[in-house]
Amino acid sequence: MNNILYPLAGGLLIGLASTVLMLFAGKIAGISGILAKILDPLSINKSMSIFFVLGLLLGGTFMKVFFSSFFSYGLDSSYVRLAIAGIIVGFGTQLGSGCTSGHGVCGLARLSVRSLVATLTFISFGILTVYCLKVLL
Amino acid sequence: MNLTFLVSGILFGIGLVMSGMTNPQKVIGFLDVFGSWDYALVFVMGGAVFFNLVSFKFIKKLNRPKLGSSFSWPTKKDIDKNLIIGSALFGIGWGISGICPGPGIVNLVTLDLKALVFVVFLFIGIYIFKMVKSAFNL
Repeated sequence: MNNILYPLAGGLLIGLASTVLMLFAGKIAGISGILAKILDPLSINKSMSIFFVLGLLLGGTFMKVFFSSFFSYGLDSSYVRLAIAGIIVGFGTQLGSGCTSGHGVCGLARLSVRSLVATLTFISFGILTVYCLKVLL
Repeated sequence: MNLTFLVSGILFGIGLVMSGMTNPQKVIGFLDVFGSWDYALVFVMGGAVFFNLVSFKFIKKLNRPKLGSSFSWPTKKDIDKNLIIGSALFGIGWGISGICPGPGIVNLVTLDLKALVFVVFLFIGIYIFKMVKSAFNL
């Protein structure tokens, strides 16, 4: 049961988090977009984006301190693999204007066809990539 | 406004860890539908989308956000090449690592150097896009 309960509770919290941002600030909680604003010298939302990232780190730290069992996993992939993935994720989310949060969590809830197409595309390619890597390696 | 972003980030971070999204093995298990599929993460997106489906319905009736001057609902509707290619690339990177942007940031709290490497290269990817965009007028 826990294997469904925690994902569901976590999902509802993610929903609450993006609802808070929309209700109070009027902004979509799209993390790849928020990260890009930090790099943008012209962005007027830079401090907000930095505060959001700070929040992510504080939330993560809270869980690590009080519920450390959630961090029993390790990052198994090699440095090279993580670096390659990081570049592709960074570039891809900007070209596609969103990631799991902006398109997935917020876009689907707005009933946006554009976000539905994006979500189906990245999940399909994620599935395909995991399959190919398993067959090849 | 900064406080709103901070609170939202905190809730988002807790949610990502609790849900299992920060665990790359869990994510790869979710994407491994042709192997031993771990369907648990379906409930993450399900829970989050369900919550927002209800809340956005009410928020859309408001004239303005509680603290801001206007809502920034996305207006783009076109399904173009950039959307498809970009999302496909993101999916490939997600499949290679099992990490998407939010969990990438949150995993920095593990103090594992590998988490930092992912985030540094994530920003390099974003930066490369900005360069390519201004060079080719994407």
